[in-house]
Amino acid sequence: METVTTHRASGPPAAPSDEPILEVQFDDLEQQHEASSVGMWVFLATEVMFFGGLIAAYAVYRAISPSEVALASQHLNVGLGCLNTVILLGSSLSMALAVRAAQLQSRRNLLWFLAITAALGACFLGVKAVEYYQEYREHLIPGWNFQIPAQVAAKSSSLPLDPRRFEMFFVLYFFMTGLHAFHLIVGIALVSVMALLTWRRWFSGSGETQIEVTGLYWHFVDVVWVFLYPLLYLIDVQS
Amino acid sequence: MWNFPLFPDQASTIAKHVDALYFFALGIAGFFTAMICVLILAFAARYRRKSTADRLNPPTASRTLEIIWIGGPMLLMLTMFTWAAILFYKMYDPPVDALEVYVVGKQWMWHAQHSEGRAEINELHVPLGRPIRLTMTSQDVIHSFFIPAFRVKQDVLPGRYTTMWFEPAKIGRYHLFCAEYCGTNHSAMGGWVYVMEPVEFQQWLSQAGTGASMAEQGERLFVQYHCAGCHRGSQTVHAPRLEGVYGRPVPVQQGTEVRFTLADYRYIRDSILRPKSEVVAGYEPVMPSFEGQITEPDLLKIIAYIKSIGAKEATQ
Amino acid sequence: MSAMAVEFKEDYLQAYRLKSWLLTTDHKRIGLLYMATITFFFFVGGAAATIMRLELMTPKGDVLPSPDAYNRLFTMHGVVMIFFFLIPSIPAVLGNFLIPLMIGARDLAFPILNLLSWYVLMIGGSIAIGILIFGGVDTGWTFYTPFSTMFSNTMVVPAATAVFIAGFSSILTGLNFIVTVHTMRAPGMTWFRLPLFVWALYATSLIQVLGTPVLAIAVALVAVERLLHVGIFDPALGGDPILFQHLFWFYSHPAVYIMLLPSMGVVAEIVPCFSRRPIFGYKLIAFSSVAIAVLGFLVWGHHMFVSGQSMYAGMIFSFLSFMVAIPSAIKVFNWTATMYKGSVRLDTPMLYALGFIGLFTMGGLTGLMLASVAIDVHVHDTYFVVAHFHYIMVGGAVMGYLGGIHFWWPKMSGRMYSELLGKLSALTVFIGFNLTFFPQFVLGYLGMPRRYYEYPAEFQVLNVMSTAGASILAVGYVLPLAYLLFSLRRPPDAGPNPWRASGLEWQTDSPPPVHNFEEIPIVTRGPYQYSPEGAEAIDGNGDDASR
Repeated sequence: METVTTHRASGPPAAPSDEPILEVQFDDLEQQHEASSVGMWVFLATEVMFFGGLIAAYAVYRAISPSEVALASQHLNVGLGCLNTVILLGSSLSMALAVRAAQLQSRRNLLWFLAITAALGACFLGVKAVEYYQEYREHLIPGWNFQIPAQVAAKSSSLPLDPRRFEMFFVLYFFMTGLHAFHLIVGIALVSVMALLTWRRWFSGSGETQIEVTGLYWHFVDVVWVFLYPLLYLIDVQS
Repeated sequence: MWNFPLFPDQASTIAKHVDALYFFALGIAGFFTAMICVLILAFAARYRRKSTADRLNPPTASRTLEIIWIGGPMLLMLTMFTWAAILFYKMYDPPVDALEVYVVGKQWMWHAQHSEGRAEINELHVPLGRPIRLTMTSQDVIHSFFIPAFRVKQDVLPGRYTTMWFEPAKIGRYHLFCAEYCGTNHSAMGGWVYVMEPVEFQQWLSQAGTGASMAEQGERLFVQYHCAGCHRGSQTVHAPRLEGVYGRPVPVQQGTEVRFTLADYRYIRDSILRPKSEVVAGYEPVMPSFEGQITEPDLLKIIAYIKSIGAKEATQ
Repeated sequence: MSAMAVEFKEDYLQAYRLKSWLLTTDHKRIGLLYMATITFFFFVGGAAATIMRLELMTPKGDVLPSPDAYNRLFTMHGVVMIFFFLIPSIPAVLGNFLIPLMIGARDLAFPILNLLSWYVLMIGGSIAIGILIFGGVDTGWTFYTPFSTMFSNTMVVPAATAVFIAGFSSILTGLNFIVTVHTMRAPGMTWFRLPLFVWALYATSLIQVLGTPVLAIAVALVAVERLLHVGIFDPALGGDPILFQHLFWFYSHPAVYIMLLPSMGVVAEIVPCFSRRPIFGYKLIAFSSVAIAVLGFLVWGHHMFVSGQSMYAGMIFSFLSFMVAIPSAIKVFNWTATMYKGSVRLDTPMLYALGFIGLFTMGGLTGLMLASVAIDVHVHDTYFVVAHFHYIMVGGAVMGYLGGIHFWWPKMSGRMYSELLGKLSALTVFIGFNLTFFPQFVLGYLGMPRRYYEYPAEFQVLNVMSTAGASILAVGYVLPLAYLLFSLRRPPDAGPNPWRASGLEWQTDSPPPVHNFEEIPIVTRGPYQYSPEGAEAIDGNGDDASR
């Protein structure tokens, strides 16, 4: 390939302290910002396939045993699930406001909104823990203390039911919500680190790129829940 | 030592059709491989660096050429696909008059049971010129029933029935293999398939054994497992009669709806093992589960019995 | 030459302490770390293959103590070769080394992530080696359920963990490549000025990012079922074993293209250079890489024609499998057409590339037989399939990898290797390979099933031929290791561009400086600006440079 070269410096120019640091491999801040953002989007594509595989497995089992899945779903606490959905949507709002604050270079607001986001995330986990504890009390944890609930056992004499499929619903429930909770823990850690770095004035500049990418991740975790909630909790609510 | 086979026997009616397609594909493969190799060698020789060959106006892209070598292979592939799909359709659909044989795979042996009653291990005897339909299941892991000389293969799965069929076309003894890796002695899980004259086959069937047909053995089990107590018309328990049920749609209660399910091998098997999953409309789900109590070969016998009372019904 | 001598001081190889390697974020050094790692795994997997071929020389089991030992060997051969050699091979070694150089960047977008992905592979690899030492696993690399979840008494969960972890290395590498190609191209480097190697790696990365998570889920569910005894895949517990096969092949069929596409990219670089001709039909080759990546996601069901899936599913997957062959055919025709009216020199990389074209053509065409569903019923799970995928993965992917290593070795190390030994190794590999795997096509159509420890006596002659070929093949693989390492004894002598190749990577020194370019180049023309005219004169110079 024929090329001509210019006399641009190969390394980055020394960054003034209020400008974000430019990594050596990038030409300018715009390129660096774009790379971070594209990187997070590609990562989220991976995550979509990750949850997609699980949802495919869920779809197969729901299709071959609809009545067991519907019955098992009734043993989840719809109220707490609903509360959690509201909490998580609220956290997404505050995350969006945090990103806005970072763009406006408003450090005080940024700190507040990051703190609120992390706190709401923690609330979600707290509610989830309560749910898990209830399920533990009801002996619904497969591979640990699983027992078919008495009223289901009673019903199963009058209803066609395969108890193994009933249990399988809970395998998928714990796998999917557990994986989601794990992602949320990572999210809370990320948001907390961002808040800490902002508080310690570690970012040169407002940390806009980092906050924005963290925000993308947070919204993704939120969206996953928005899919999991109806798939797991709202199968057969009226009965 | 040099007397070794390079091509398998064509011992079933389908084998020569599969081979014809194979030779067609082989021809295409040979032609294109030869063409590419010859072209590469020719170009490497003719346009070697020191040669003074004409190199004027070399093309860097050619719409016409590219259309040719997208369109040409596409046509050939469509031909191959259509041919293969039609053949596959034939291989999939057994003729109605096929002889039934039941096969159970387990680590690491094949158990075959003829409807006439005789059972065999790691061997399969079949008559010449009759279509044979195998109904197969596994007691543990996935196996695969493979007879190279017949060009047929089918995975054998636990918990469900798969079928395959073939029509032997040549007397002889042929390899039977397990083709799906199934653990330690996978390579030892096989034996022989014997294709016999129909007369000899009848003699073979009647030799040894109990003399009872599979359905008769199934009837004994039907009584032994107390199926008969309810399903032959009981005063105390309301259970459906099973005469003529095989091969017909049965109404199944699903919540508040009733839908129809074909009473085939799968349905009868599931109804014995998990009776509450598909209950016939109008009956209470009171039948106990027989999961873990009946072996796979016995299950097949019971199904054969239920099937036979269906057949009797139909002929009466 | 004198100018180069000054620049040696800042080339990327110039720090020797272990720490400078283990904590490097230089994409070139990370590429070399990967190269060392996968070379190790290649010879581990190769050793397993050698023992298997020795065992198969006789119909009865006699070399190995038990069928279990054989079953563990072929499982480890598959797991190691696929997850720890083939999948990282070209992307992680050549891709890491070349993508920034080829697009005119100083490094990948995320250098620390790049180092992390090497460590992740090392963790997965260490577990795999641990399994090998402490008892092995016998499920086959496919981990079919319910055998893997409920019946095998070997180390299935550690193996699933190793595969799970190695998958993340693959995802991170793919992510890094996608971002780099999207955002870090030099000024003037438009998409259609990208070298085809970069196109191929881009398509590969898409598969890595979108396919690998599904494999991760599949093996994670295997581990869950095995540890908790809850039914997911085992029908005795209410599961569905076919679901596992769907999830597994949804990744593992595209994974074949993770191994193959990069090799195609290598060939597209080598053939124009040694023919002194621009590549024929650049755009069509670029698009066919992406088409293979996309279509590759739609054909997984052709691994399951006899698994009990419905007849119509079989037919649809058969049709789609034929369609994925078309972009591959386009590539083969275009590479061949590139030689027409060129000025051809058969140096070592070119021999490997031409070997690739021949072997890949055979592998691809036998793939068409397997896509023909009626033939597949007969040859599924036989040695025909074994031969087919070795033609694709060893004849294809490994030939491409070796061709690439020989092509870019002067760039990576700054040294030339013995051309005579190079040609000898290429021929040895080609002959040995065909002798090993061609008889297996015959064996497969005869009906010899794969994964057999013992086999009927009439198959022996063909098996002995195969084993004889394998011993030749082994020599062919050890040879490059020896002379390439030997070349490091001399000081760098290759010069920046021994092959007189186009492409940005050849415009910087060999070995390149730490951040690749003194000045970031501005690209004004497309790739492969070769001309057959005056090739002989260039030739003379090239010879000078290689002395």
